Amino acid sequence: MSNKFYENPVIKWIEYRLPIFSFIDESVGSGYPTPKNLNYWWNFGSLAGIVLTIMIVTGIVLAMSYTPHVDYAFESVERIMRDVNYGWLMRYIHMNGGSMFFLLVYIHMFRGLYYGSYKEPRELLWIIGVFIILAMMATAFMGYVLPWGQQSFWAATVITNLFSAVPLIGDSIVTWLWGGFSVDNPTLNRFFSFHYLLPFVIFALVFVHLWALHVHKSNNPIGVDIKGPQDTIPFHPYYTMKDLYGLGVFMIFFMFFVFFAPNFFAEPDNYIKANPLVTPTHIVPEWYFLPAYAVLRAVPDIWFISAKLGGVIAMFGFTLVLLLLPWLDRSPVRSARFRPIYRQFFWVFFIDCIILGWVGANTPDAVFHGIPFLWIGRAATVYYFAHFLILIPLISILEKPKMPPQSISAAVTGTASKGAE
Amino acid sequence: MSETASSDDKTRRDFLLLSTIAVGAVGSGLAVWPFVDSMNPAADTLALSTTEVDLEPIEEGQSITVVWQGKPVFVRHRTAEEIKAAEAVALEDLIDPQADKDRVKKSEWLIMVGICTHLGCIPLGQKASDPKGEFGGWFCPCHGSHYDTSGRIRKGPAPKNLPVPAYQYLTDTTVKIG
Repeated sequence: MSNKFYENPVIKWIEYRLPIFSFIDESVGSGYPTPKNLNYWWNFGSLAGIVLTIMIVTGIVLAMSYTPHVDYAFESVERIMRDVNYGWLMRYIHMNGGSMFFLLVYIHMFRGLYYGSYKEPRELLWIIGVFIILAMMATAFMGYVLPWGQQSFWAATVITNLFSAVPLIGDSIVTWLWGGFSVDNPTLNRFFSFHYLLPFVIFALVFVHLWALHVHKSNNPIGVDIKGPQDTIPFHPYYTMKDLYGLGVFMIFFMFFVFFAPNFFAEPDNYIKANPLVTPTHIVPEWYFLPAYAVLRAVPDIWFISAKLGGVIAMFGFTLVLLLLPWLDRSPVRSARFRPIYRQFFWVFFIDCIILGWVGANTPDAVFHGIPFLWIGRAATVYYFAHFLILIPLISILEKPKMPPQSISAAVTGTASKGAE
Repeated sequence: MSETASSDDKTRRDFLLLSTIAVGAVGSGLAVWPFVDSMNPAADTLALSTTEVDLEPIEEGQSITVVWQGKPVFVRHRTAEEIKAAEAVALEDLIDPQADKDRVKKSEWLIMVGICTHLGCIPLGQKASDPKGEFGGWFCPCHGSHYDTSGRIRKGPAPKNLPVPAYQYLTDTTVKIG
């Protein structure tokens, strides 16, 4: 594929010195053979990549009018909204884009969980993905602080205080993170610096993610390896077209929020300037952090570990447990389509994540039909970790999977290995 | 070259390699430190370290909040009942055992940093209209920690009492915090 003949002499000249055109062709062009049975759940990776680009472009524009200083940050955001040409549009795209990015990536992750995309030989691909979501969380958190509203300030205070749970050096770490004795101007400055840096780190991680992807190619809905050219179609034009169609549908959804409900995901309190002396009565993180927030609050004092330290460990474990998944799941079958027991537990797990999000949105002392949210949160947290550490290993050993088709083309044509005709 | 000479040479090479790596590692560590330390509080941030408070206008039962190092400090003129309630608590009933007399210099003036030891929210209880929690002191709305009239944690997720900053009486009615 790399010996493709380019007729244009300029392209030929460049290609001879830097084979960038064949590189692009083999990455997202006709030179990338893709399983021919990918369904729409395979749209979300490329959509996430597009949203990352949108976030970087709107972010660069916003940074031109934003002032990272405690006395001006809030006002500069208001100026962006009122005076800067199309500033309102840039900010609303960036604000809602954050929510969209997480939505797409969460769907992308659940896709991977359902179809076993984390399994051999794609373990590193999955692990790089976990690092991407971690970097996204850090970026989103620091970005949320920049408008310097009440939610910004108190989110920064609560989250940085988590590190004080570290034994012995916790307080020194927090002072170091703040650059002072409370969340203040030095904190805002460094968060701005990191918020500008991290998207490029994510970009680099995405590059490595794709690099690993292209070694063993995309997984597919039946989870059977590509056996030969009869199982594939070129990425371009088939999946570029399918991705573009998906992009159109997604943009309708995205732009609905940007233009018709721009503050749907926002907290009204964040339009009040940060006040270090008054905590808002109800601090609630952005929706995409709600499950992790519920886990943080669910942990009681256990043995010699305080509730605070335990909560912090559990919250980090919430994401880091994903790193172990390729080795916890021992089933040789990838796709949940052929795993009747795992498929059911996948959906229970999905509902468990939704429950955690719902608990995270409520105050810990609130009650649902006589059941305290604290207890619902604890049960859901235990189930979350049990799913990975107990259920997945057990199911993968005990379950008798159905026989997957022999090949991708066999699944399509109903006959074995005649797809090349 | 004889057998012994070549093995001598090998150990010398190993020594050179290991010592180079060691020096390089220590050097890199030393070079990283300025970058790490540059994120610690700067000299001007450290300089803003004391705050003076005039206690004269605060009447019994009233509280004020002053800012010290960017943090709210609660100054409460406690009533006789509050002092009695704080002193009457047995130490074994406390999550973070500390006697009331160890938390005040003059029992009618309770001075402490008003930051919840859980995750840093500001507890309510400074205004007369605020909820004061089940122990009549302060209540943190974020995750439900209750503090008593000595600012000690009694119930909820916070692990420690509200901290008492270093302070001294300059006169009978003036306090320097820090």
